[in-house]
This record gives sequence, structure tokens and C-alpha cells, in this order.
Amino acid sequence: MDLLIFQAPILMVQASMDGILLGILFALIAYGMALQWGVMNIINIAQGDLVILGGYIAYFMYLYGIHPAWGVIVSPIIMYFVGIGIYKLVINKVVDRDLFISILATFGISILFMQLMNFAFGADVVLANSGYGTTMLFDNSVVLPNSKIFAAVISIIFAIGLVVYMKKSKLGRAIRATAQNARAAKILGVDTEKVYAATFGINAALCGVAGALISITFTIHPYMGLPYTIRSFMIVIVAGLGNLPGVAISGMGLGVFEEFADYILGTEFRIGSVFLLLVLILVYRRFKLSKKREYLK
Amino acid sequence: MINKNLIIYLSILIFGLAAPFVFPAFKVQLSILCVLIILSITWNIQGGEMGYNSFGNILFYGLGMYLCASVQVGMFFPLAEWTESGGEKTFVHTPAQFFQGFGVGLAVAAIVPTIVAGLIGYSILGLRGHYFAICTLGLGVAAGEISGGIEIIGAGQGFTTPPFPNIGGLEARGEFFYFCSFITLVLTFLAVKSIYSTRFKLVLNAIRDNEDKAEAMGIQTMKYKIIGWMISAFFCGLAGGIMGGLVGYIDSTDVAFDGREMGVFMVLMAILGGKGTLWGPVIGATLFHIFKEGFWTFFLGWQYVALGVLIVVIVIYFPEGIMGWLREKYPERFGEVIDEADRKAQVELK
Repeated sequence: MDLLIFQAPILMVQASMDGILLGILFALIAYGMALQWGVMNIINIAQGDLVILGGYIAYFMYLYGIHPAWGVIVSPIIMYFVGIGIYKLVINKVVDRDLFISILATFGISILFMQLMNFAFGADVVLANSGYGTTMLFDNSVVLPNSKIFAAVISIIFAIGLVVYMKKSKLGRAIRATAQNARAAKILGVDTEKVYAATFGINAALCGVAGALISITFTIHPYMGLPYTIRSFMIVIVAGLGNLPGVAISGMGLGVFEEFADYILGTEFRIGSVFLLLVLILVYRRFKLSKKREYLK
Repeated sequence: MINKNLIIYLSILIFGLAAPFVFPAFKVQLSILCVLIILSITWNIQGGEMGYNSFGNILFYGLGMYLCASVQVGMFFPLAEWTESGGEKTFVHTPAQFFQGFGVGLAVAAIVPTIVAGLIGYSILGLRGHYFAICTLGLGVAAGEISGGIEIIGAGQGFTTPPFPNIGGLEARGEFFYFCSFITLVLTFLAVKSIYSTRFKLVLNAIRDNEDKAEAMGIQTMKYKIIGWMISAFFCGLAGGIMGGLVGYIDSTDVAFDGREMGVFMVLMAILGGKGTLWGPVIGATLFHIFKEGFWTFFLGWQYVALGVLIVVIVIYFPEGIMGWLREKYPERFGEVIDEADRKAQVELK
């Protein structure tokens, strides 16, 4: 099978291009995860479900005759308030506690969202048709849907916008200060409670953007959330917290890996290979660190 | 004191033995309850005593389930044809074949996961805290997704386990699986209880409280962690094998490697009862099962919504569980000697 890859360069270019465009989307979700992990020390298992919820918002706009691309603007606004709501109800009670508590609590939220979405939107695989057509490259041998290119461009715009916002705005500086040292930030007059809420809201809004883009380019389904969580977790641990170029690059790497796994192993092993890659990466890092008698913590 | 304990144990044993005849309608539910208790007791070895919160014990459970069924079929008939044709229509086990196959299958289902746990233990147990939790979560889901792509064990369309042979009337099947699971539960409980009375438990607690210090005291922590995980894997595999026969149908992501349900249930049950105690998981699993079945019946369709809310509420408001709450309330019952004046002073401080 691997001979196929080298004998069919076109397939390889196709898979790489698809993978890179997909990876940019993953990187956007992972950026949100890195943000809340760094600031609040929380691992949010419900991340993927927020993405899917954002996707359904765009899908419903499509159903009511609005072009789903507007979902990129509407979905983050709605998701921001959903995020604030989740923060007020659950997350603010687990912020200073053990990380495992936050994992389990957000697992609960994830199951809850999954089922509520299943009730509200049905268990069908859906997509919002953007009608963007396709672009042909290299003598019509590589086919790229325009919607994927659109998704990648929008993701990059949002990521750059957020980076600038973090650097320049007052809230952005407060968030970065809280990430560095929450106690010191509190002493210097930062309302950390507000910062946490805003961070979670921004993360949810990012998920909303990504979800809207996913509903245009791929498909969404109420149960598809967990793989997105695992992907963003994986990207963050490979890149490290607070390493934005790293998040972008490892996101694209993961996208390419997935496309190749899809081609070589077959679609039924796609999700499995993502989860297996997570285990392998963690084990690799564990052995690398254990040489220095350290461990992942 | 010894007499009192003995009476409690004996009455539970008698209740357990009589239960299928007293409540014949609930035999399947009681067998599932036994399996749930086994899973939460064994999860507690990691999560409660050792401080390694694993979402991956579902791996051994699913592995045991597939192995038991595969051996039971494969001993007498070609496995590939069985799964392809939907099994029971083409080939029929005689009663002797069924029980022989089930026995051997259970043995394999217990031993192979133990070996697997030993093999992967060195790599996985080197991770700590939430990295361990996420890694084991990935392991469980990956196993489900991958086994869903393997043809010989039924791939996506599932695996029908051999039907119970037509002997002893309609009630025989339920009674057989009930006693299988009940006996396994008793064995598990006794094994874990005897383990907890040795130095091994103290080592596990030392690892939980401070692994670096435990290592500095000269304990080979890795060795004990792996052994602890292997003990869990042994009983999880057994429970999986029995559950496979009981359900009668194995699906990769919905029955065997059901990380979203069973994998979370076992954590939740142990936390609800109180992790790090012997009786906590038993109480937690029993309450959880009663609650779950009640909800499943009365709020059909909303059960998972309720489950999500339940997880959040338990984790946020009762992280110590029922046993932890009791211990705070009646410390004397737990063998803690408390100076009354000191206690009053502490209560006033609060």
C-alpha cells in the first residue's frame, strides 16, 4: 500500500493539500484549548461539542435560507454567550481544583451537549452547502473545494485577529497577566473572575467559528465532538502551551497525517489512528523525558 | 466486632445467593449490577488507591469480551464464517461445547488482558496526572475504533455470541449468568479486600500521596503500579467476558469499548461511593445502577441528559463521595480516634 503513495504523486499532493487546509481548522480549535488551558488550567473535554454546536448554528442559518458563510460571524457571537453561561454554571466551580475534576466535569458537559444536540437536531449527518464550487490545480489533477480554501483563510484571519487582540487590548493584557500569575494579577487589580469568564467565552467563540467552517466544508453530527477535543489536545501537547506558530504547524501536520491515514489504512481506521497517535505521542514524550528522570506533568 | 462484620458479610452472601429466586424478574439487572460493582472496585485500585485516574480500564473489559466470545466460537467452529453468517444460524453449540468454550474463554479473557496491561503498563504508567487520564481515554477509544474495522470479529456489524443451549428451561440462562457474575464479584471483593490488608495497599497509597517521595524511600514504584494495573485488568477482563455472554451481542463502540458510557460509569460509581475505600465503589455502583435504571425507565430518551447533569453534580458537589461524607460525619466508625475537645474547637473554627 505504501508503494501507492510514491507511485501516485498526484494522490500525495491531493492528500497533503487537503490535510494542510484541514489542519489550519484544527489549529484554530487547538488555539482555543491552549488559551483556556494556559489561563485557567482546565482541560475542556466539551471543546469538540462546542465546535459541533457552532456548526449547527451555521447549518440552521442555511436551512432558513441565509448563506452559511454568515455563520462565521453569527455563530461566534452566540457561542460567546453559551461559553459564558457554561462558565457561570460549572467551570467557575472547578477552576482552582484538581485537573481531573475539570476533565470529569467537562466530560459530563460533553455528554449533556451531545444528547441535547441529538434531541434538537436529530442524529443525521448534515452539512451546509455553500455552493462555492471547486478549484482545479495542476492540469485538473488536484481538486480543491473552494469552501476548504475559504475555511482556511477565515481561520487564519480569526487567529491573527485574536493574537493582535491579545497583544494590544486591555482585556488581552489582563488575560495574559492572569495566565502568568493569577494571584499577582489579582493583587494588581485584575478581576480574575471576569478574565476567566471572558477567556472561556472567547474559547467558545473560536469553537463557534471553527464549527461554522466545518459545517460548510465537512459534515457535522451530534456525536462527532470527542475526536475534535482529542485532536486539539494533541496539537497543544505537541506544540506546548503558548507556542502559537507551533500550534499552527502541528495542526497542519495532524491534518496531513489524517489524510494519509485515510488513504493508506482506509476511512474506517481514520478516527482510530488519531486516537492511537495521541497515545504514541504521549508515550514518546514520556520516554524522552524519563531519560532526564523527569515526567510529563 | 468480628462477629458483627461476619454477620454483615454472611447476610450479603445469602441475599446474593437467594436474589435470583426471590426477584426472578430482575436477574439480568442483578447480573449487570455485579459486573458494574466489579468494574468500579477494580477502577478504585487505580483511581482511588494509586491516584492514577484511568479512563482506559474499558480497554481490558472490551478485550475480555471479544476474547471470551472468540474463543468460545473458535474452539469448535471457524470464526470467520461465524461472524460472516451471523453465527447461530449455521453452527450450533452442544451444551457441553457451550460450557467448555465459555470456561476456556473466560480464562483467556482474564489472562490476556493481564498480559496486555503488563506490556503497555511500563510506557503508559510513566505518565502522570491528567496526561495519564487523557492517554488512557485515547487508548480506550482507539481500541473501539480499530476493533470496529477488523473483519474476523465482525467489524462494524457486530459479533453475536453463541446462544445459550436449550437446557433447564427458560430461567436457566439468567441464573447461569447471574451466578457467574456473582461468584466473580465475590472473588473480586475477597481478592481486593485481602490485597488492601497488605503492605501493597500502603505502597499504592504512598504513590498516590507523593510518588517522588515514595521513590526516594526506595520503593520501586513502577513495579507496583504495573502490578496494580494488572490486577485490575484481570478482573475487568473476566467481567467483560461474562457481560459479553449476558448481552449476547458485541458491538465495538457501543458494547465492548464503550468509553463514553461504561468507561465513565466506572469512574463515576467509584467517585459517587467514595474513592479510596473498600466499600465505597460497592455502594456507589449499587446506587448508581438503581438511579440509572429508574431514569432509563421513566425518562426514556432523556437518560443521557440526566447522566450528563449527574456527572457534573457529583463531581462538583460530592467529590469525596458517600463514604467520604460518612467519614466526616462519624469518624469514630472508621477507627479514627478523635479528641472531643479538639473536634469541637475545629468545628468552631469552621
